[in-house]
Amino acid sequence: MESCNCIDPPWPGDELLMKYQYISDFFIALAYFSIPLELIYFVKKSAVFPYRWVLVQFGAFIVLCGATHLINLWTFGMHSRNVEVVMTTAKVLTAVVSCVTALMLVHIIPDLLSVKSRELFLKNKAAELDREMGLIRTQEETGRHVRMLTHEIRSTLDRHTILKTTLIELGRTLSLEECALWMPTRTGLELQLSYTLRQQNPVGFTIPIQHPVINQVFSSNRAVKISPNCPVARLRPLAGKYMPGEVVAVRVPLLHLSNFQINDWPELSTKRYALMVLMLPSDSARQWHVHELELVEVVADQVLNLIKPIASVKKLFISSSLAPDLPEFAVGDENRLMQIMLNVVGNAVKFSNEGNISIIAFIAKSESLRDSHAPDFFPVHSDNHFYLRVQVKDSGSGIDPQDISKLFTKFAQSQSLAARNSGGSGLGLAICKRFVNLMGGHIWIESEGLGKGSTAVFIVKLGIPECSNESKLPFFPNVSANHCQTNFPGLKVLVMDDNGVSRSVTKGLLVHLGCDVTTVSSADDCLRVVSQEHNVVFLDVCMPGVDGYEVAIRIHEKFTKRRQGPLLVALTGNTDRVTKENYLRVGINGVVLKPVSVDKMRSVLSEVLEHRFLFETC
Amino acid sequence: MDGVVQLQRQLLDYTALLFQEGFLNDQFTQLQQLQDETNPDFVVEVVSLFFEDSERLLNELANTLDQQSIDFRKVDSHVHQLKGSSSSIGAQRVQNVCIAFRNFCDAQNTEGCLKCLQQVKNEYSLVKNKLETLFKVRKTSYQIFLLFGDKLFRFLLSSPTFLLVFL
Repeated sequence: MESCNCIDPPWPGDELLMKYQYISDFFIALAYFSIPLELIYFVKKSAVFPYRWVLVQFGAFIVLCGATHLINLWTFGMHSRNVEVVMTTAKVLTAVVSCVTALMLVHIIPDLLSVKSRELFLKNKAAELDREMGLIRTQEETGRHVRMLTHEIRSTLDRHTILKTTLIELGRTLSLEECALWMPTRTGLELQLSYTLRQQNPVGFTIPIQHPVINQVFSSNRAVKISPNCPVARLRPLAGKYMPGEVVAVRVPLLHLSNFQINDWPELSTKRYALMVLMLPSDSARQWHVHELELVEVVADQVLNLIKPIASVKKLFISSSLAPDLPEFAVGDENRLMQIMLNVVGNAVKFSNEGNISIIAFIAKSESLRDSHAPDFFPVHSDNHFYLRVQVKDSGSGIDPQDISKLFTKFAQSQSLAARNSGGSGLGLAICKRFVNLMGGHIWIESEGLGKGSTAVFIVKLGIPECSNESKLPFFPNVSANHCQTNFPGLKVLVMDDNGVSRSVTKGLLVHLGCDVTTVSSADDCLRVVSQEHNVVFLDVCMPGVDGYEVAIRIHEKFTKRRQGPLLVALTGNTDRVTKENYLRVGINGVVLKPVSVDKMRSVLSEVLEHRFLFETC
Repeated sequence: MDGVVQLQRQLLDYTALLFQEGFLNDQFTQLQQLQDETNPDFVVEVVSLFFEDSERLLNELANTLDQQSIDFRKVDSHVHQLKGSSSSIGAQRVQNVCIAFRNFCDAQNTEGCLKCLQQVKNEYSLVKNKLETLFKVRKTSYQIFLLFGDKLFRFLLSSPTFLLVFL
């Protein structure tokens, strides 16, 4: 047997045992070959396996193991040396690969585990986002409900319907069990249950208004959580295993303008409130969330506001367009301008039942300023002013052309206007006209006739600020009407009068005309204070115990030359007595009879400054 | 807005009534014209000054006329002051009584002076009452306008159909 070059198996063993080994080896080999195939198949399917080369290594390791076992099959019987060599090679390779794999796994497995934990983290994040999306969706839903609620409130005129609708919609939006409104009675001493959500006709029982919980709710504009045992919250008969839900109460402001008696003033500072009570469903673990409370507060605040909305009731379409060359900032009287706008637009809305209202604003150039409607309006252009022209056009009931002239008269209302007005007294336009005139502008209304709509136009003069981030400057309406100088900016004036009231009035007059005023109450003070800086001195010559003429003389003595001294004007309450010569003798330039009006003061100053001489005039 | 207009109308009516009944004259209108942004409380200030001054003067007058021997010159000077103040703010009836008062003073007529003092006191308290009411009305009317105006303004801004943009 020496030439066969065979290797004998280590020991012959049992036939049976060998047979089992044989079979097992065969199956092992099979399994070992199929595992990589499975791995490859599944990894190919999944896109995200990060360690493909590990798989290759693992695959190699398994394949080689399989090969080893397969080759083992041959070594059970007599086998040639080649088989043995192959076997050995396979085993060596297997050993190498498996050792390398074992070493690699030490490194790889923690990473794989962390992948797993990252996956878990991402899953949690996704769940959280999901929850948030749910919340946002709910809030949007709530927002939509609020808008619908608001819209519905606005489209009903009936107060009863509005309040009932509010309760219903709130109940629906917030899934409330019960929602109730308690209104104050006429006497104001009790609250009466007026509206509830569930009960059709609530029993009108009342509770006294003086209750600590009610006072607490009325004293703040937030929604307050109250106990379900509070009298306002006991709206339903308690039944069985009833675990009442949380209750919240909020005040609803009521505006109450009654007919005023002149001598008997209602105190407007104590507002009247109604009480709205909202109950969450009982036996649920629901609690009031912050956004729900906010919703309740907003609705409570706005409900009464929305009871009489005008434009959306009438479904009027209002559009506005501003010319692109309008400056971003302007200087003017914001309050009065707003009043004018509200008045004009309010009128347009009031007298239109349907259709469009359009508001246009643009800078008026000189051609458009001179209008046939404003024959005595002389616009003066300058660099730091511009004229704003606003036109409000409506498609409403229009105005009879012959009534147009009466429009701006106070309290005048024609039949056609009065027929559909809801209580206005015709004062608005007169006030607007006054304001517009004060702003150096003009207002008028055009209409082609009854039923043809009307256009209200006004032009006001506004200042252009020096730099755009300047804060609002006070606007002085510089009323120019006549030929004399209207303002005396910086004119230094000294007023001598011992009567406090008339001193203040004279000072006020002069300040209004732009003068720089100093006041003194005695002749001595006057003589002490008077100086070359003063342009004019007003002397009250009727001061008892003081000879006005003497004061005048002594003032003049203070100055070497007549011309240097101030102009003197005497204020007197007496119409009689001294002649002009006497006044001139003591150097008084003018006499004015008290009390002095603004116009009178203005003309006095003009004349005295111009002519250095003026005699009055009652 | 109608409530405001009504109130404004009542304010004007009331003022007109005061003018009609002679409590106030044109001078008061002049004072009102002097009120503007730089001097928003001018009328109230001047009228308060008038109240203070008048009360003081009326006390002095009462004291002076209470004396055994009346100093008519002093009385005259006080009345002159009162006349000046009341004419400055346009309190016509007070002013008129003061004129009569001065005549009695010149004539040194004690009884006449006392009667006039009583009259002046009456007229003063009437006009004081009326003016206080007037200020209350005005203040309230402005407050209401602000109240309504603001709510209306907010409503305008919040409603989607209004696109009212103020400069």
